[in-house]
Amino acid sequence: MSKTLFEKIWEKHLVKSIPDGPDVIYIDKHFIHEVTSPQAFSGIEKRGQQIFRPLKTVATADHNVPTINQHLPIVEELSRLQVQKLVDNCKKHQIELYGLGHPFQGIVHVIGPELGITQPGMTIVCGDSHTSTHGAFGSIAFGIGTSEVEMVFASQCILQNKPKVMRINVEGELNKGVVSKDIILYIISKISASGATGYFVEYAGSAIRALSMEARMTICNMSIEMGARGGMIAPDETTFEYMKNRLFAPKDDAWDEKLEEWKKLYSDEDAVFDKEITIKAEEIEPMITYGTNPGLGITINANVPTVESIADEGERKNLIKALEYMGLTAGQSLKGMPVQNVFIGSCTNSRIEDLRLVASVIKGRKKNENVNVMIVPGSQQVAAQLSAEGLDVIFTDAGFKIRQAGCSACLGMNEDKVPAGEYCISTSNRNFEGRQGAGSRTLLASPLTAAAAAITGVITDVRELVN
Amino acid sequence: MKPLKNIQSTFIPLTEENIDTDQIIPARFLKSTSREGFGKNLFRDWRYFNNNEAQPKADFILNKPEYKGSILVAGKNFGCGSSREHAAWSLLDYGFNVVVSSFFADIFKNNALNNGVLPVQVSDKFLQKIFALENGSTLSVDLEKQTITIDATGEQEKFDINNYKKTCLLNGYDDIDYLLSIKQDIINFEKTLA
Repeated sequence: MSKTLFEKIWEKHLVKSIPDGPDVIYIDKHFIHEVTSPQAFSGIEKRGQQIFRPLKTVATADHNVPTINQHLPIVEELSRLQVQKLVDNCKKHQIELYGLGHPFQGIVHVIGPELGITQPGMTIVCGDSHTSTHGAFGSIAFGIGTSEVEMVFASQCILQNKPKVMRINVEGELNKGVVSKDIILYIISKISASGATGYFVEYAGSAIRALSMEARMTICNMSIEMGARGGMIAPDETTFEYMKNRLFAPKDDAWDEKLEEWKKLYSDEDAVFDKEITIKAEEIEPMITYGTNPGLGITINANVPTVESIADEGERKNLIKALEYMGLTAGQSLKGMPVQNVFIGSCTNSRIEDLRLVASVIKGRKKNENVNVMIVPGSQQVAAQLSAEGLDVIFTDAGFKIRQAGCSACLGMNEDKVPAGEYCISTSNRNFEGRQGAGSRTLLASPLTAAAAAITGVITDVRELVN
Repeated sequence: MKPLKNIQSTFIPLTEENIDTDQIIPARFLKSTSREGFGKNLFRDWRYFNNNEAQPKADFILNKPEYKGSILVAGKNFGCGSSREHAAWSLLDYGFNVVVSSFFADIFKNNALNNGVLPVQVSDKFLQKIFALENGSTLSVDLEKQTITIDATGEQEKFDINNYKKTCLLNGYDDIDYLLSIKQDIINFEKTLA
């Protein structure tokens, strides 16, 4: 029988199905971080249990770490204690930790792929909703809660209801100045912040096939922003090329063997999806959000919708509330509007390719004097690559502040925050009220659009700034 | 986990849609390493001006003393966003055992069920009926029968929950108890993967 990629991997990891209940799914790789793991460790200890398969869990510190002076003790007490708790727990339970100061430390969804831990055909979970990122390699990867982290600790398994499967095809060639972040913001603006709830999404089509692994990760990363449990892309030569010679990727004969297995990971030609959508790549332009969920996005040259243009009463109310929070007016244009902050980073857009895009826009230019620009490499390895390529010089010459690896100002948890009432063009994934700090106003966009705003100080169509 | 059977209570209506987990509990309150004490920061930035408990926002419903109850009724797509289980912990710690909405985000729904907070998904029409009720009206949720009833009018809807989860909630079992009970099956399964 024909199967989707999702079904092939799910069935391979199905330990058993509970009648009129969820499936028991075996987990190949479990990532943990300091914020959503401590209660799972204490839970397992309270039950008098050991970690069942400690070698299948990898830890890093990313959410609640400072991005300057990482060699010094963390100033804020609760943060210091939380990060220390991770160190203690990993030591006690013999879990590999790439903590602060380790050359592999970084955002969990950046380090997994770059170290070759993330591999096609795997089941991967982490107590973080952006775990969907790892689906770019053709794996089933999704975010879980702390009780589920404890399940994986206890049994290397998790109870899950099998989701429905949706395929989103993006066909054709992208316009100049349009990158993968624009593709995903466009898709979410079309199907809404809840349009894929209950589904696992497979991205396909010629425009997706043409993307690099970094670009694919950006797309899969934001699957959760339309409610999808995860997103995935069938592995291909681009995937294998990226994987080869990564630190933890299989080597020699084991590589050849795995490669044969990975080449079978695709949706069969006549596989049936519960829902299928096709988008023309040519329709997509640089995107920016104006509201307080990632579905409220427009192309850079469009106007914010008018209240009258929205048919549904609930959505009308949402729009009014969102615009009030954002300090925007219905029907207005965003282009030319001043911004006070630019944040380039997060698990969505902090990989070397993202930073190269930024450099391509700002090279030889200076940032606008009214803008505070933070650029935060996703990992220590990305930071090292940045220096190796000389991009750090381009950034510092432009007046950007280069920070150390971490989630930084994406989530308003660590020291990096956007001041109340100020606007921030951000390459991150969420524009919720207060997401980047209480009262902060986030406009989500691509690294190119963020870089353009850093230079001009206002919301800019990057295609008008560089050729 | 405490067993959950029947709940009859007044409710707190929060008509906003797409209430994300950053609203339920902002990230800066996730620094604790225990499960307790999150209730005081539930909807923190909707409750207070300037993050200051001395400056409550009088028009926010949790700050109106006449609104009480262990059932929260919210607009559609409740709990979207982050996977933080702290959202479920903060609702429970504040005193909510049931959340009613016409649509729930997936991860939140799992997290709620894993902590004995029952997500009750109703039709949009039924949700609007609840929102239209006078303050002080009560709702009855019967988990065994999978029904929610507006007590004043007797109007009722059935809600979905799989039999496994229902048994867990009724008895206070959790998934880890179950997984530990099938450990030998898991060990056998691992051999097939190699």
